[in-house]
Formats: sequence, structure tokens, C-alpha cells
Amino acid sequence: MMKSKNHHSPGFLFFFLPVLLWLLLLIVLPHLELLRLSFTKAKGGAFTLDNYLAFFREPIYWLTFVRTAGYSIIVTFLVMVISLPVSFYISKMVKGRISAFLMILILVPFWVSELIRVYGWMILLRESGILNHFLVSLGLFKQPVELLYNDATMIMGLVYTSMLFMVVPVIGVMDDLDNSIIEAAYDLGASKIAIWRTIIIPHCTSGLVNGGIIVFMLVLGSYLTPNLMGGKNSLWFTEQIYNQIILYFNWNQGAAFGFLLLALSSLIIWVLLKLTGQRLKEVVK
Amino acid sequence: MIRSLPSSNRYRWGFTLFIALYFVFLFAPLVVTMVLAFNDSMYPSLPWQGFTLDWFFGKGPKKWGIFHDQTNLRSLFTSFRVAIAVMIVSTILGTCAAFLFEQESFRFKGVLYFLMIAPLVIPGVILGISILMFSNTIGLFIEDHLGLYVKFLGPGFPLVVLGQSSFLSTIVALVVSARLKKFDRTLEEAAYNLGANRAEVLWFITLKYLRPSIIGGAAMAFLMSFENFNTTIFLVGSQATLPINMYMQVRDGSTPVINAISFLLIIGTSIFAVANLSKGNKGYL
Repeated sequence: MMKSKNHHSPGFLFFFLPVLLWLLLLIVLPHLELLRLSFTKAKGGAFTLDNYLAFFREPIYWLTFVRTAGYSIIVTFLVMVISLPVSFYISKMVKGRISAFLMILILVPFWVSELIRVYGWMILLRESGILNHFLVSLGLFKQPVELLYNDATMIMGLVYTSMLFMVVPVIGVMDDLDNSIIEAAYDLGASKIAIWRTIIIPHCTSGLVNGGIIVFMLVLGSYLTPNLMGGKNSLWFTEQIYNQIILYFNWNQGAAFGFLLLALSSLIIWVLLKLTGQRLKEVVK
Repeated sequence: MIRSLPSSNRYRWGFTLFIALYFVFLFAPLVVTMVLAFNDSMYPSLPWQGFTLDWFFGKGPKKWGIFHDQTNLRSLFTSFRVAIAVMIVSTILGTCAAFLFEQESFRFKGVLYFLMIAPLVIPGVILGISILMFSNTIGLFIEDHLGLYVKFLGPGFPLVVLGQSSFLSTIVALVVSARLKKFDRTLEEAAYNLGANRAEVLWFITLKYLRPSIIGGAAMAFLMSFENFNTTIFLVGSQATLPINMYMQVRDGSTPVINAISFLLIIGTSIFAVANLSKGNKGYL
């Protein structure tokens, strides 16, 4: 009872209609509306480019945008650098049992909400925080120092909250790497650095790209971490969007900002995929 | 290098130390948050003033524990209601999508599939504002042309549920698809040959096979809905969900009652995560 390709099975519409409604009403049309609003005046609804021009005219807007993009790239890179040895250790250096246990340990913090993780860092690092308490009582600091609210702490927080999305796919590809290839390279006298550079890292590219896309997207779109850990001067672009929509109630300006953020994230993801010859379909698996 | 190869002690110990530090980094904020839930102090910081359960059970007048804190309890209840609604909506949509993309063939399937995975790479903030703007436009349109005010379309419970489901359905779809791919379709054909109709085959054969993945996907949707901040912040009405309510308290400074809530959530999600992992579901995405 094989059906021909052109005839839909009896259940086709039953599956098709809900999915179509979902994608149309919650994804496609809202984004078209976002685009439309970004090109219209707040009053009257006439066509305008002002919302985008305001972005280029006001340095605070585009500077925040460039900063957010730059920091997101730095965070993604740092996460890649830290994830490689961690994944290597869990996948190749310890035995199966311990490796499974470490894997669970790595996953648990991910399940805890971002807000709680950021809150944990706040009570550790702030002026009246735990770290200051110990450093002062050990006599290393004369008086408490504010460790929160600067760019370095914010970057550390972003690395922390997005780390797991890199470690998991990298461990996945690392597991597929045949140990005998590393053994062969070792027997032929390759140095550790050469083995990393020519065998391990090239093999892990797909995992690094998959993780990189998710990490970059999460960091670019994150709000809580930069808002709570960054300083007054380290505004994130999502905070600009939030301000326009919630504080100033200027939805058209907010729509333009939203669209710029969407364009940036799509562009960088597209470049990453093109550079490594992958397709989005494979990445999300 | 790897387990089967000899390596110097210094190298092995250096690597192990690095991993130990990594896990300290991973768990320090969580452990500190949990420990300070039991500190008998008005602030979530050291010095240690003695053990207390007041931040759980305190009835005032100075210390209000979580179980007597009406605002936090109400937002906890709101989050539960949202998460259950989102779980139901996204499990239905996601399962439909899994069937549609794994078992049916139709025109523009590639386009539709791309649209379905797009929410994973769209920042949550953008999903939030675009759905807010779209539903507001529809609401205004109905008000102008029919003279009706549709409360449903303003920020509030229904919009939060729809907004979160817009991307959590994708996650359920991917989890269910992964299992549906491995399904042996000759089982369905055997049932047809024995006289079953499409609905019976779906119910007794395919859905039964898919059950673990549907439960796993639903669990993930529940948890991610419970923790969502970025999309929810734009769609929430007067009833704040727990993450939003907690965010306000964390930002403006609060008593250790936040630590008590965090303690319960960390313990709860860890049990949830380990149970889910032991069922063989992937613990991420």
C-alpha cells in the first residue's frame, strides 16, 4: 500500500493546518509587521526612513550596536577556546563512567534559569559580595572593591551563561574522532600542538560552528546578563530595544532597532555557514 | 594526550587542575546562592550569622519566607499556569510538525521547514516585540472596523503563551522528529493490512512508539517556558511570571528570600534534568 508522491495521505491536512497557522501567525506575519512598523511614522502611519536614519545619526545607538556585535564575537571566540580542552578531557581523557557523570554535571547548571545564575555571580562579586568578604578578611584587599558592573565581568558572565551550548555539540563531534588517528600521529612523532592543530580542531569544526551559531545568537540577544552585570556605560543593544518599547513607548523606533538586530544575527550566521560550507538544517539537529 | 597514550605527569595534572577549576567556575554561583538561603541575615551576603529556615517559612514581621510571600507565590503560580499551557500548545504543534516534515511530501516543504527552524536563531527579544506589535495591530484593526475591544490581543496570559510557544514548538518538533526518523514504517503498513484506519494506526502504533520523545519534548517546553525572560518581558500584562518578578527584586536589591526561591528551583530543575537524562533524552536544545 505505498502511496504515490503526489497524493497526500488522509492525515495530511490534520498535520499541515496547525503548523501553517503557527508559522504564519506567530513567525511570518509578526516579522512582516515589525518590518512595516520600522518604516512608518509613529503618528499617521506614513512611510518614513527616519527610524533608521535616527540610528545612524545618534552615535549612542550605532555605537551600542557595534559594541554589542563586537563583544558577541569575542564571547563566542572565548567560549570556543575554553570548550575545546573541556570537551577533549570529557570525551578522550577519562573513562566512560566518569565521562557520563561529568556530562551530567555540565548539563545541570544549564537547566537552572539564566536569572539565578546571574544572581549567583552578583552575590559573589559585588562590593558586599562573598569574594570581597574573603579577600578582605585574608588581608589581600584593604577595603572591598566593586567587581561587578564592568565590561570584563559582563563578558565573563556571558561566557558562563552560553558555555554549555558549545560544550555539548563539541563533545558530540569529539566522540566521533577515532582515537587511532591520534595514536598514529603520536607514533609518527607529532607534537601535541601539531595534533591539536592538524587533527583535533579540523575534526571539530562542525561542532564548533553549530555551537558558535547558537552561542552567538544567544549572546547577541541576551538581556539579563548585560543588564545586571554590565555597568552604566556597557549598554547592550537589546536594552536599547527595551527602552524604546517599554520606556519611551516609541514602537516604530523599537521596530527599526529590532530589525537591525535580526539582520545582524542573520548575516553573521549566514557568513559562518558559508565559510564552513554547512547548512542550517544540519546545525540545529 | 588520550587515555591510550603515555603522557607526562605534569601534563596530566595540569589538565586535571584546569578541569577542576572549570567545574568550580560552573558551580560556584549556584552553591553560593543556595548556601546563603540559610543565612540568618537581612542581606544575601556574608558574614555568616547562623543557620535559619526563616527565608522559607518566616511569617514576618521582619522576615517573610517564600511560603508566606504573597507576591512571589502569585508569580510562581502564574509561571506554572503559563508553563502548562505552553507545554500543551507546543507539544501539539511540535508533534504535528514532526509528522508533517518526516512523513509527508508537499510543495514548498523546504521553505516551510526553514521557517520552522528559524525561531531557534531569532533572538527571543525580537520574537517578543514582533508578536506584541502584530497582535496590537490586529486588535486596533478589529476595534476600528468592528468596534470591539479584544482583550485577548493585548499583553497578558494568552499572548505570553503564544509568544513562548512560537519557539518552544520548534524544540518539541526537533525532539520528536529525531525519534520518528528511526520509526520502521512497515509496522504501519502491517496495521493497515490488518484493517486499521489512519487514526487507529496513528494512535495505537506511531504515537505509542513516539511516547518517550513526546514526553521528553513536553518536559523541555515546560521548563524552558518556566524560565523564559526575553520573550515574556514584552508580552506580559499585569500578572508577572516568576522570572520577571525575580528580575525586579534582583535589580533593586532584595532579602535572601530570592535565594530561597533559587534554592527550590535549582533542586527542582536538577531532579527534573537528571530524570529526563536517565530516560535517554538529550538534555539540551
